[in-house]
Amino acid sequence: MAILEVKGLSKYFGGLAALSDLDLAINEGEIRGIIGPNGAGKTTLFNVISGVYRPTKGSVIFRGSDISGLPPDKIAKMGVVRTFQRAALFHDFTVLKNVTIARHLHAKEGVFGAILGTARQMEKESEEKALELVEFMELGDLKDELAMNLPHGHQRALGVAIALAAEPKLLMLDEPVTGMNPTEKQHMLQLIKKVRDQGITILLVEHDMRTVMGLCTHITVLNFGKKLAEGLPEEIQANKAVIEAYLGGEEIAA
Amino acid sequence: MIALCIVPFFLRAYPIELLIMFFINAITVVSFRLIVTTGGYNLGHWVLVGCGAYASAILGKSFGVPFAVAMPLGGVMAALVGLLISYPLVRMKGFGFFIGSYAAGEAIRLCLIQFHYPFGGINGVSMIPSPGTISLPGLPTINLSNDIPYYFLSLAVMLICVFLMYQIDRSHLGDTFKSIHTDDLLAQCVGVNVNRYRILNFVIASFFAGIAGALLAYRVGAIEPRNFEILGLVYVLIWAVIGGTNTFAGPLIGLTIFTVIFEATRPFEAWRPMVFGSIMVFILVYLPGGIADVIMKIPSAFKRPYRRLRGEGT
Repeated sequence: MAILEVKGLSKYFGGLAALSDLDLAINEGEIRGIIGPNGAGKTTLFNVISGVYRPTKGSVIFRGSDISGLPPDKIAKMGVVRTFQRAALFHDFTVLKNVTIARHLHAKEGVFGAILGTARQMEKESEEKALELVEFMELGDLKDELAMNLPHGHQRALGVAIALAAEPKLLMLDEPVTGMNPTEKQHMLQLIKKVRDQGITILLVEHDMRTVMGLCTHITVLNFGKKLAEGLPEEIQANKAVIEAYLGGEEIAA
Repeated sequence: MIALCIVPFFLRAYPIELLIMFFINAITVVSFRLIVTTGGYNLGHWVLVGCGAYASAILGKSFGVPFAVAMPLGGVMAALVGLLISYPLVRMKGFGFFIGSYAAGEAIRLCLIQFHYPFGGINGVSMIPSPGTISLPGLPTINLSNDIPYYFLSLAVMLICVFLMYQIDRSHLGDTFKSIHTDDLLAQCVGVNVNRYRILNFVIASFFAGIAGALLAYRVGAIEPRNFEILGLVYVLIWAVIGGTNTFAGPLIGLTIFTVIFEATRPFEAWRPMVFGSIMVFILVYLPGGIADVIMKIPSAFKRPYRRLRGEGT
């Protein structure tokens, strides 16, 4: 069953079509990779799905309801949560606090609760749940470090933990292994698989081909804002059009 | 704390007055910092203090509302004005918020000047009634307009307000405010309705600013639009910058240091702007986190090696 459907989606920036008439269906439980050359519209697609941009045309349907044009917080509430290309974290806070803050959605607290301290119990539960997530992302030893002091690989893992704190059903990862060394990459791949095994569908954009091929169950290739190809990793690797798009139509001996 | 309770009985009128103003300013600067936690320096803050002052003064003078009711209503009125101006303001960030909040504040101040009724135009509101008396059984009647009773009144109100804001600051709600400051897009993408929380934050801070205004109005007895000009705002900014806004205590420390220096330089009044200008520049260049940041670093500088020795640190 499709958890997310994108229908006829277009996004124009002035006269430039970053996405044009894109259709996409992501099934529950898969790890879908979106690849494509620079400027193919991958990040725009992310921004439109997560509500950062409004689509110019078309719709995004998540579990049967239209989420296109909603603000990011509403979309997050419905269960679509994204990470960012940059290490977007609450840098001045500790690792644990980062995740606790992101439990916001599930830890409603009013002004009076805050003042009277009646919300403490709930805050404690929220923190326990956050600790679980921190440990799940294998950051347990670092829980009291400031986010800004973490090495890059751990920062990205924390980024995922923050997203998980909002309890997504669909997690969107924007280049999760960018700038990592091979060991960090390997570790991240395992973590992503672990997340998927929790029953969370994953949509990811990535440049690193080896990662995409090794991780994704299905791959969609974008070029100039349009879908170029879609299929299993092996099919994509053998696809003429894809190779051409990546290599600019020239045969280059490997 | 105990010192604060004993001290007024040994002081002359002027130092008591000074401490009363200190308490009022403390509420102002702590509420100012509450807005800073979501990211912006609200340059309309001093005018919000003015809103509370005007509202409570007019309620007391024209409608005969007793002080005990007029003061919270002054806060409520300021909160309503805050709600009104926050609607556009929370859609601005950084420099835009800076300019926007100043403009909004000035617009309100001009309303105070232009509308003769009920604000009294350029002359403002004078002859604000005295805060009245408290009679407790078995004790002589306390007249709140006297120095020492008003001292305790403002001390108590200040402690309550600061405590409430401290509770908010250290709660999950306070963390949500700070997360907006750190990375509003990330906060929004994990489900924080950023605009709603910024409005909530602005309204709460406006309420406390209004309380400070009410305390001020009933102390000075007459207020006019000129009292809420940019100079007052500059002082609030100086307190916040000297102390630093990263910590809850920072602005209070800044206010304390400022008050001491301000009084110490009374003989050289003409030199004051230069003294404060130099201090501001020095702090902004060398201690961008303010003096509170330096104080906070002292214990951890001692603690770290100690923890390492015991094998607890990382």
